[in-house]
Amino acid sequence: MKRLSRYRRHRFAGPVLLVFALFMIGTTFSVASANTRLAASVMSRTAAIDEGRQIFLKGCSSCHGLNAEGGKIAPSLIGVGAAAVDFQVGTGRMPMADMSVQAARKKPAYNPDQVAALAAYVASLAPGPAIPDQQVLYYERDGSTAQGGELFRTNCAMCHNFAGQGGALSRGKYAPTLMKATPTQIYEAMITGPQSMPKFGDKIITPSEKLDIIKWIKAAQNEPSLGGASMGRVGPVTEGLLGWILGLGLLVGIAVWLATKAR
Amino acid sequence: MSDKAPRLSDPGLPEHVHRKADSDPAAAKKAERQVAILFTLSALGTILFIYSYIWVHTDRFIFIPIMGDQNASQLGMGIGLTFSLLFIGMGAIHWAKTLMPDNEVVAERHEFRSEEADRQDFVATVKEQGAASGLGRRSLIKRSLGLSLGLIGLSPLLLLRDLGPLPKKSLEQTSWKTGTRLVIDPSGRPIKPSDLEVGAVAQVLPELAPGQERTLENVGKDAVLLIRLRPEEFELSPERLSWTYQGIIAFSKICTHMGCAVALYEQQTKHLLCPCHQSTFDVPRAAKVIFGPAARPLPQLAITVDSEGYLVAQKPFTEAVGPSFWERSS
Repeated sequence: MKRLSRYRRHRFAGPVLLVFALFMIGTTFSVASANTRLAASVMSRTAAIDEGRQIFLKGCSSCHGLNAEGGKIAPSLIGVGAAAVDFQVGTGRMPMADMSVQAARKKPAYNPDQVAALAAYVASLAPGPAIPDQQVLYYERDGSTAQGGELFRTNCAMCHNFAGQGGALSRGKYAPTLMKATPTQIYEAMITGPQSMPKFGDKIITPSEKLDIIKWIKAAQNEPSLGGASMGRVGPVTEGLLGWILGLGLLVGIAVWLATKAR
Repeated sequence: MSDKAPRLSDPGLPEHVHRKADSDPAAAKKAERQVAILFTLSALGTILFIYSYIWVHTDRFIFIPIMGDQNASQLGMGIGLTFSLLFIGMGAIHWAKTLMPDNEVVAERHEFRSEEADRQDFVATVKEQGAASGLGRRSLIKRSLGLSLGLIGLSPLLLLRDLGPLPKKSLEQTSWKTGTRLVIDPSGRPIKPSDLEVGAVAQVLPELAPGQERTLENVGKDAVLLIRLRPEEFELSPERLSWTYQGIIAFSKICTHMGCAVALYEQQTKHLLCPCHQSTFDVPRAAKVIFGPAARPLPQLAITVDSEGYLVAQKPFTEAVGPSFWERSS
């Protein structure tokens, strides 16, 4: 302690203490909030709905209304179904971190049991698309990569890019990359149409065609980059940028060295 | 400029500074070693290239920070070839700059015009050889040569024929006829209005007549996007409203600017975007252009249902789809 106190009048002492204090607050909070994990697997259905309602009142109702009826800044959740909740909360998009134009994928705020409880509560308000059953998602067995690629290019590639890397929409909105999406999340996005994305009902893209698309996206996720750095797989834009900046910069440097007289 | 400005004296050439290696044998030895190191690095690069090509399996991947998992064989070959070529060049330049003779030489400019004797000699040679070839006497050779060279000159002009033929009315016509069913791309299933929920879209094409084949030329004109809104969201003229069916509206997917496929539909704002130049079309207001370079709204396809309840076209497109062209009538 004595050794430390020697530095108490150092000009960096203030900032260092501030950073230390912020770090301590953050870690203490995360340790404390991690203790709220529930054993939801043993909860009955009504208990799950009750639990979900409690989470909803605390975490969601300030925007979506006390009875999920929606408000000025957030839509009604009546009839959106369990699939929409599982997608939005399970990918961390909801609750939103700020009032930006788009909710971004981030670390989920709730654990899977809490997400399931929330989904059960919202599904109990009115019927809506359910979370696709794991039994349905045998995309490896039932899907076709080639068929999925054709469907993807027709229905998805215009926004999500031909390699599923995502792309820009208007006014700061964007279609996210699909490289982190799980099969369940891809399926849920297609049937619920989250944020800017339109819905793709089962008559427009049949359930078996949805499995084709999932299989193609999984293949794209696992595609190794055989030609060196993939640079985002968005085509000539990044490649050209790197070529012009790094390649041309290197050439300019060599030209300068060439013309300098040796000493 | 005033005449009183002091004349600048000719500064002459800067003094020639000799390099350290010219006078100091130790420095020369050091430069020699540096050149040798660069050449050796080049040799090592070539060895890495050969090794990666022959002995590294093509399915091996190694992790490189920032770049992620990289194919080991390709990475080794790339780095090897870069080293082998770059360092051989750097070595040669360093050698030339530090060790090769460093004398400054004055090269005098000379006149471009040749010596008078050389010029007369040249003219005499041309005349002599021209007479020897007999071109002036043998008119058969002269004329046939003229014919062959003239035809060669004509043949590139002939290739201009490929700029035609003119498209005539084909740019204004699509495969959509009165009563053509809308089918889903690529599966070809016909659609009922109940298949589309509010907020849903479908990429559609005209149903093929028996024996007809789908060509890319046709898809490039026929592609249509089907969107379902709530009927009360439309802000359309009564005529255009009669072209929709229970909130389902159909637009040509071909951008009126440069012909890209406009299919980025934002479900919340109800805007359609073109991916190429960000033209933005407002769907409830008959695809009015609200941003970007497109000159016209997307052509709307009038739709209804047939006796079996499937969506069909009421009539062909009433204007040419896609970008502007000279002969466009609307």
